[in-house]
Formats: sequence, structure tokens, C-alpha cells
Amino acid sequence: MFYRENGQFKSSYSADLALFPVAQDRWAMWGLLAVCFVVVPFVASDYVFRAVITPFLILSLAAIGLNILVGYCGQISLGTGAFMAVGAYAAYNLQVRIEGMPLLLSLLGGGLCATAAGVLFGIPSLRIRGLYLAVATLAAQFFVDWFTNRMKWVTNDSSSGSVSVANLQIGGYAFETPVQKYLLCLSIVALFALLAKNLVRGAIGREWMAMRDMDVAAAVIGIRPVYAKLTAFAVSSFIVGLAGALWGFVHLGAWEPAAFGIDKSFQLLFMVIIGGLGSIAGSFFGAAFIVLLPLFLNYVPHWLGLSISTATASHLEHMIFGALIVFFLIVEPHGLARLWSTARQKLRLWPFPH
Amino acid sequence: MGFFLETVFGGLMAGMLYALVALGFVLIFKASGVFNFAQGAMVLFAALAMARYAEWFPQWFGFQSLLLANLLAFAAAVATMVVVAWLIERLALRRLVNQEGITLLMATLGISYFLDGAGQLLFGSATYKIDVGMPKDPMMVLENTFQGGLLLSKEDLYAAMIAAMLVALLTLFFQKTRTGRALRAVADDHQAAQSIGIPLARIWVIVWSVGGIVALVAGIIWGSKLGVQFSISLVALKAFPVVILGGLTSVPGAILGGLIIGVGEKLSEIYLGPFVGGGIENWFAYVLALGFLLVRPQGLFGDKIIDRV
Repeated sequence: MFYRENGQFKSSYSADLALFPVAQDRWAMWGLLAVCFVVVPFVASDYVFRAVITPFLILSLAAIGLNILVGYCGQISLGTGAFMAVGAYAAYNLQVRIEGMPLLLSLLGGGLCATAAGVLFGIPSLRIRGLYLAVATLAAQFFVDWFTNRMKWVTNDSSSGSVSVANLQIGGYAFETPVQKYLLCLSIVALFALLAKNLVRGAIGREWMAMRDMDVAAAVIGIRPVYAKLTAFAVSSFIVGLAGALWGFVHLGAWEPAAFGIDKSFQLLFMVIIGGLGSIAGSFFGAAFIVLLPLFLNYVPHWLGLSISTATASHLEHMIFGALIVFFLIVEPHGLARLWSTARQKLRLWPFPH
Repeated sequence: MGFFLETVFGGLMAGMLYALVALGFVLIFKASGVFNFAQGAMVLFAALAMARYAEWFPQWFGFQSLLLANLLAFAAAVATMVVVAWLIERLALRRLVNQEGITLLMATLGISYFLDGAGQLLFGSATYKIDVGMPKDPMMVLENTFQGGLLLSKEDLYAAMIAAMLVALLTLFFQKTRTGRALRAVADDHQAAQSIGIPLARIWVIVWSVGGIVALVAGIIWGSKLGVQFSISLVALKAFPVVILGGLTSVPGAILGGLIIGVGEKLSEIYLGPFVGGGIENWFAYVLALGFLLVRPQGLFGDKIIDRV
């Protein structure tokens, strides 16, 4: 009722294959983008940009990358933090070492280096899979952690091991205020979300999903496992690496190897699980959830007039995260994205049950 | 030569501890097909419980004896781990029966977060010590064979003996008791075991309890050596390469894998480390296991993986 599709006939192939075949969805999407680009910059405060929206956008991008690997191709990875680190440090090195390197090129270069690392650590997936692979990807995490800590040239020989990036400029336009940084992130995230969405709908995406559903059967019907798995690793690590570069350059500004530790990997995996495996929109939901939950948990005791120590709060946060993961796996294994699509389905049919 | 042997012994002792944690994994994987990511959190939880009970009981009941405090604390910690196992079965596993391995893995990741938080909330998050009276002084052996002799830590030797005893006990339990047979039946085939009347839920509680007790022993040994604190749960991250090296379903594999990784890690750190800047202990085990998996994907003693459509 709210969502009437009667009379929306698809009279051409392109209409049939459209990203949003229902007109209401299309309008809603344009509306959402318009709000994000035009309204949000005027209403949100600097704090909200710095602490909520920008991290949310960047983590959504990383979650999209991980979702391609875990949700679409079924190759579970616990090394996402490592690929983010590769992206961030590679982009940093490009920026520092090459005079006059454009910012966008170094961000993309960071993504490309992460792709190389991803393909390298993806090679074991050709022989091993499932639980074994999950552990194997931890190798990437520990190796990169060690590498960024011990190899001095990675951090441009800085004594403390931390690096910093200043004056972000694209074509002479400086990104200094939180609003400008937000718009930069939003543009990149919107672009790559669109690309990812189209990629997973295409031939390559269907190959990934076939691999996920049953790799032996997929190989029998002529899908090349090597190609399918390695492309999934490549595309996933590119997006994750780009997100890592953004996280370092735009969100943190200055960072040290601990910023991309194993906790980040777990956090991203949680986003993907809670948001919804195999759903681009789910990556956004999951990231929003994980970014907002700690803030929410911090504010609740304030509202209730309780004062709890930061240590207690962080333990409680751990417990709630853990419990929610289990809860979601039991109650809604497809995550928030499925809840959203159920709600949408209900709106289409309301008030009739069928 | 003496130095080399000392390194090897040091590695074997560290490997024994990895093997203990890995053993917990293998037991749970064997009997329930769950790759238990929470083993490290269970080690932390158990060690924290043990350390704090041993501190609290003398205060509550007003006695002095260290032995009594340790015994009571051990019993209470075992009881705690059984309760934890029961809760895990009740609240999580029971509702996830017949899900894919990956789903279960992620559920244990959630459990691990929960246990990390709960343990530190209940028992505190400072560094605590466990004093079970392990001798701290090192001893010299083979003084006549090598110059300077071999310096061995008695504590490590005791730890290795305890670990060996635990393995022997577990083997007996699995081979000789009714419950042990039931556990092996469940490991072979859930449905078949259920159809001949083996209660799956009870078996899971038992196996997670056993996993918890193994975690407790590992936690006590580790904690009495280095103190109980959050970093103990990271030991589990060392145990992962051990289990994949040894094969997920093999108890001897876990032991051997632990020893190989313990020795390999120490030797590589000392003989390879200086060339690449040191600290390679953190990833060496993983790269070793990864290289091995490329040659033999099922690990040393793992079951052969057969693909069928």
C-alpha cells in the first residue's frame, strides 16, 4: 500500500536490469543521497562529523570490502585489519616519498598495494578453506602487524613508529574542516558502494556466489576456482585498503600500527555479520550499529544517573557485543539487512497478508 | 651446543603450553564440530577465577593454609567452568545445531568477547598471581657433558609433567569410560549417535566442561609463571597454528604441533630473528602452519578431506 508497484511496467532490458527496479526505491535513494550531500553538512555539528559520521562512512567502505570476500565469496577472513594497514601505510609512503603526488592517486595506490597483499595471502585459499582458511588469514594480520612495527622505512624512519599526514588537497582544493572531509569520504564511499553493488550483480559476482554456495559444484559447471577466489580477494582487499588509507588520512590524521590491530579485524567481521552477510546495504547497517553502540552505551548510564568507570564500561561493551553476535546468529543469521528487506516486503503488501 | 639445547628445551616447554590450549580446541572440535575461538577467553576466565578464589576464600572463611585455599579455589574454578559450559550449551549452541561451521565459529567469537568482558568484570582486570607452590629455581643438568651445563627451569619441567598427565587422563577417559565412548560416537556422526539414544545436549556440556578444565590447567600453569592478566587470552592465538598444523581432530597432532611450533618459534627467533629485526615469534608459527597447509591441507594427523557434490 505504501509501496505500490502497480503500473510500473518494465518495457526494456535496461529497465529490467536496473539497480532499483521499483520507482519508490529509486526516489528514496536519490532523496537519501541529496540529504547526505546537501542537508547533513548544514545540520550536523563538527563533533558528530568527527566522531560519528566520518568513521561510519569509512568503516562501511571497509565492511563492503570484507562483505565481498566473506558474504559473497564465502572465504572467511580475520585479516582485514592487516589489509587496511597495508592500504594506509602504502598510501602514506606514496604521499611522502613522491614529490607532488596527488592525494587521490596515493589513496588508490594504497588500495592497489593492498590488492597485491590480498592476492598473496589469498593464494592459500586455493588449497584450504573454511576454518583452516580463517586461521590462515590471521597470518596476514600478525605478519603485517610485525612488518609495520619493525621495518623502519615503512614509517619513514619515525622514532615513535607513528606517522602523520597533513594538508589533504585535491587539485588545489584543501580538505580541512570536518565537513569537507565528510564530503570527500561520502563521495568515495558512494562511488565504491555503487561499483561494488554492480560488481556483485554481474558475472563475476555470480561466480563468487557459486563459489560460496558450493565450490566443488561450481568448479564442475565450469567456474574457475582460482580466478573466482583470487578476484574476490583482489577486489575485497582493494576496497579494504582504500578504506584503510581513508581511515589513516582522513579520520585519524596520525596513526601507529596499533590502529590496525586484530581488534579492527574482529570489529569489521562483526559489522558484516550483524549487518548481513552478502548484502551491500547490510555493510552500512552493520557499520552504523558498531559505531553507534559504544556511544549509546556511554550515554545510557548518564541518562539513568549512574556513574560507571571506564573499565567497567569497556567490559560491559565487550559483553554486549559478544552477546549480540550470538543473538544475531541465532535469531537473524542474515543480519539487519534481512530485517530491512522484510520490513520493505511488509510495506509492499500492507494491508494484505499475501 | 649447550645453548642450542637450552633453546630447544625452552621451546619444548613453551610448546607444551600451546599444546595444552590446542588440546582444548581439539577436544571441542572432535566432539561437536565447533572451532572454538573462545578457548583463549576460557583460559583467561578460568585463570582469573582460580587466582581470585584463592585470594578470596581465605578472607571469607578465615583460614591461612595456602594448600587448602588452592584446593578450594581449584574445585570452585572447575565448578565455574562447568557452569560456563552449561550456559554456553543452553544459550548458544543448542540454538545453532546443524548450522554451518562458519556460523558456529563466529558464534564462538561472540562467546569469546562475552567471556573476556564477563571475566574481567566479575574478577577484576588487574594482574593477579597464582601461587600453587611451583618451584621457581632453575637447575643444572649434564654439567659434565657440556661446558657450563644445561640450565633448566624446574617450573617448566613440572608444567610439562602436569600436561603429560592430563593428556594421559584424557586418553583414558576417551578410551575406557562410557561417556568417552559416547563422545567419540558423537564426534563420528551426530545424527547416528542421537538416533541410538546418546543425548547430544549432555555430551556437549560434558565436552565444553572438559575443554574448560583443560583451559583451567593451562591457565594455572601459565598464570603461575607469568601472572594472570588479559594478555593470557592471546595465548590462544598461538594455539591456532598449532591445531591447524596438527590437524583439527587429532589429540597427538595437537601435542606434536605444539612442540614443533614451540621449538620452531624459539629457534627461529634466535637464529633467524637478528637478520630481520627480531620479533618474528609473533608470526613465525602462522607462516610455518600456512606453508605446511599448502602441502598437506588436512594437517599432520587430520582426517582426509573428501569433496563431494
